[in-house]
Amino acid sequence: MGAHTHDDVRKHLKLYIGVFLALLVGTAITVYAWTWHFESVAITITVALFIACIKAFLVAGYFMHLMSERKTIYAILLTTVFFFAGLMYLTVWSREEMPRGTTYSVGPNPSLPQLGTH
Amino acid sequence: MEIPYTVQPRADTGLFNAKVGIWLFLASEVMLFGALFSSYILLRVGASSWPHGLLNVPIGTFNTAVLITSSITMVLAWANMKMGNPPLSRIFLGITVLCGFAFLGVKTKEYYDKFVHYEVRLVDGTVADGHIKKSPDFSVRGFKPEKGSIVLEPANVLHANPGESMADAMARLPAKERYAHHHGEEMHLEASQIRWISNYTPKHSTYFAIYFTLTGLHALHVFGGMIVLSYLFFQNRAAFARTQTERYTNRLEVGGLFWHFVDLVWIFLFPVLYLL
Repeated sequence: MGAHTHDDVRKHLKLYIGVFLALLVGTAITVYAWTWHFESVAITITVALFIACIKAFLVAGYFMHLMSERKTIYAILLTTVFFFAGLMYLTVWSREEMPRGTTYSVGPNPSLPQLGTH
Repeated sequence: MEIPYTVQPRADTGLFNAKVGIWLFLASEVMLFGALFSSYILLRVGASSWPHGLLNVPIGTFNTAVLITSSITMVLAWANMKMGNPPLSRIFLGITVLCGFAFLGVKTKEYYDKFVHYEVRLVDGTVADGHIKKSPDFSVRGFKPEKGSIVLEPANVLHANPGESMADAMARLPAKERYAHHHGEEMHLEASQIRWISNYTPKHSTYFAIYFTLTGLHALHVFGGMIVLSYLFFQNRAAFARTQTERYTNRLEVGGLFWHFVDLVWIFLFPVLYLL
């Protein structure tokens, strides 16, 4: 972004407004999708995080100008991605590395009676 | 002595020094929030049930829109400075700071609502949550009431199994019903009828502990960003900005990168905490 001239910036103004509107639309879609209340947690998480990733791409790519940055910045971010992925891998790994026979609770006991409301 | 590379890019990096500095800082911030997100994942997959519908989604959506708006005004503040229009840049910068105030104001209201909202588990298995209207002589040790009584205005009332939490009870409802309010009439409860009581603070559950940790840390970042941007707002009219315009513009760019990062974090926090 440091190399942007005045004219470059002027040309990009419409793009910035477009990204802003796309972010608002993305937020609206996220909330609208949430009102469907999928029974599957996996689908709910996938839809919500997919839209969040697109919005994050728009902010990082255009507002933070990562679409046209210097190699130094990409190198810094690549290192970050590596360690972030390692961190997340450790999270998954730590869950797997449990004593044999460990069981996890995945929700309330399904054998209990269904609830009624007042 | 002049500080080198505040305007001119270094030959090796191709960037002015502050820009390399802010990206290194943001890299460390990614790891900080990444560690907390990984904690969230571990806590969530290890939990027997996870609460839904306890946060106000319209308010969260509004705050998301506020932060997105602040991001575009931040970009426009930088762009107008680049195009040689400092007065307009100052206006956009001011709007950005005001958006920060709005975000923190709404967040404070949300926190306050949680502090005065109580979950009550009764001895007969009923679970309810809502605001306590009156509590004459009511005293609690830990989560267990000792004496007195309360009048509860319930937002939700559910029949659960003795000892179950509101989250456990809601988890057995069909997905669509989990988010609907199950209103009940005003409840007059003696201490002896209550098995467990807590407001929606970090002590309530793992969910609220991680909610307050993540959003609290994020709010601190918003506050920090507002301090920096406010400083730049006042510096806009100072001699420094007029005589060293490019250097001031670079400061604006660096401050803006931090502000966009704060927005970026919220883009993930909102669905993770409010919707999932």
